[in-house]
Amino acid sequence: MLAILDYKAGNQTSVLRALQHLAIPSTITADPAVLAAAEGIIFPGVGSAGQAMGVLQEQGLDACLRQAVAKGQPVLGICLGCQILLASSEEGPTRTLGIVPGACRKFPDGLVQEDGSRAPVPHMGWNNVRCEKDNPLFAGIDRDAQFYFVHSYYVDPAPELAIGFTEYGGMRFCSFYGRPGLWATQFHPEKSGRAGLAILKNYYAYCKEAGHAL
Amino acid sequence: MLSKRVIPCLDVRNGKLTKGIKFAGNVDIGDPVESARKYYEEGADEIVFYDITASAEARGIFLDVVEKVAANIFIPFSVGGGISSVQDMRDVLLAGAEKISINSAAVKNPSLITEGAEAFGSQAIVIGMDVLHVGASPEIPSGYEIVIHGGRKRMGLDALEWARTCERLGAGELCINSIDADGTQDGYELTLTKAIVDAVSIPVIASGGAGKPEHMYDAVTKGGASAALIASIVHYGEYTIRECKEYMAGRGAPMRMVW
Repeated sequence: MLAILDYKAGNQTSVLRALQHLAIPSTITADPAVLAAAEGIIFPGVGSAGQAMGVLQEQGLDACLRQAVAKGQPVLGICLGCQILLASSEEGPTRTLGIVPGACRKFPDGLVQEDGSRAPVPHMGWNNVRCEKDNPLFAGIDRDAQFYFVHSYYVDPAPELAIGFTEYGGMRFCSFYGRPGLWATQFHPEKSGRAGLAILKNYYAYCKEAGHAL
Repeated sequence: MLSKRVIPCLDVRNGKLTKGIKFAGNVDIGDPVESARKYYEEGADEIVFYDITASAEARGIFLDVVEKVAANIFIPFSVGGGISSVQDMRDVLLAGAEKISINSAAVKNPSLITEGAEAFGSQAIVIGMDVLHVGASPEIPSGYEIVIHGGRKRMGLDALEWARTCERLGAGELCINSIDADGTQDGYELTLTKAIVDAVSIPVIASGGAGKPEHMYDAVTKGGASAALIASIVHYGEYTIRECKEYMAGRGAPMRMVW
């Protein structure tokens, strides 16, 4: 079973619906025991870094996430989850979880698109993710598939952890990072059509396999 | 590269898909859940639902439609029509929508934009603007005026000024509906679209007037819009969404072509 971390950050139900559609057993929970027993955790989120950190700390869920990562339980961060796994965010600014080395930064002003027009912020819509390393989550996914993004800050993890990159407004940023068992996507797999669903399916397949190996 | 989005808009009345011409004379044309699924399969980048009844008794039927759509399509979708409070917003978000589109209610009570953005994030707040071309005057310097109630009431508010206000108050996106072009299938109001795109730095969706893929291409190139909202062009089966996107991509617009 996959546990979707419930910290009142908006899009848990979208993630749950996508997993249900894929017939993946899943639940939305803030219960440490349920989280600890899950085959894998999904750490979603929409909203602001400061508010999210407040809720996580208040409910002791930051500690749950640290324990999960420490014992090798798979974790997948999505969007805001992807951002606050890092050590700090320029949004606020806010000191974030620091489970993964790196920082989350604001898109600079004055980004210009390929046609010469101003690039709107938030970066909202469908864009490519070019993976520079093999990884199980993108297995079987078309190289030209696109994913749905909506964010005003981008992640800048330790270089050795960056896996996938996206181009926008003349800049290139990391949109997918991690290592086996701990991944994070800036985009929303639950809202990225078939390609996004394939990522969730691949993640669950990894979790099941990792669970057998433990 | 960020793709331009193609967004079919489904007007829903009493749980049925409907389409009107210039905001009048609506006819029911099908099941919104089925249509949403079809458009998702055909490559829609996002879907908009508009509840054009929005009476208290029809609201439950509509939220039921939203829930069914959310369980079947895995792309973003927004919901508008009859939303006038943070509680209304919460209802449609809980039913499964990603974004809320507010129109008249925001004009009457601009603080609703900020309240919504604070409660759910700017990314969830789309402001629909119904705009009428009235010609430039001291009150309406751009010549484009905001109207509400489906175009029936002029508000004495300049569309460009209102667009900037919405951005400042926390809107994440603007959807510009030209009353003059709506339902005509003669093409989007490109001058208006471009003026709004230049006035704000958040994404702008062009709406009203799409009759062929060329119009959609114009909206995202000459008009500079991030997305083209469409209705009749696909509802009546004249074109599929794939055909629209292939045309736009063929002329060099960045489009999502794998789905």
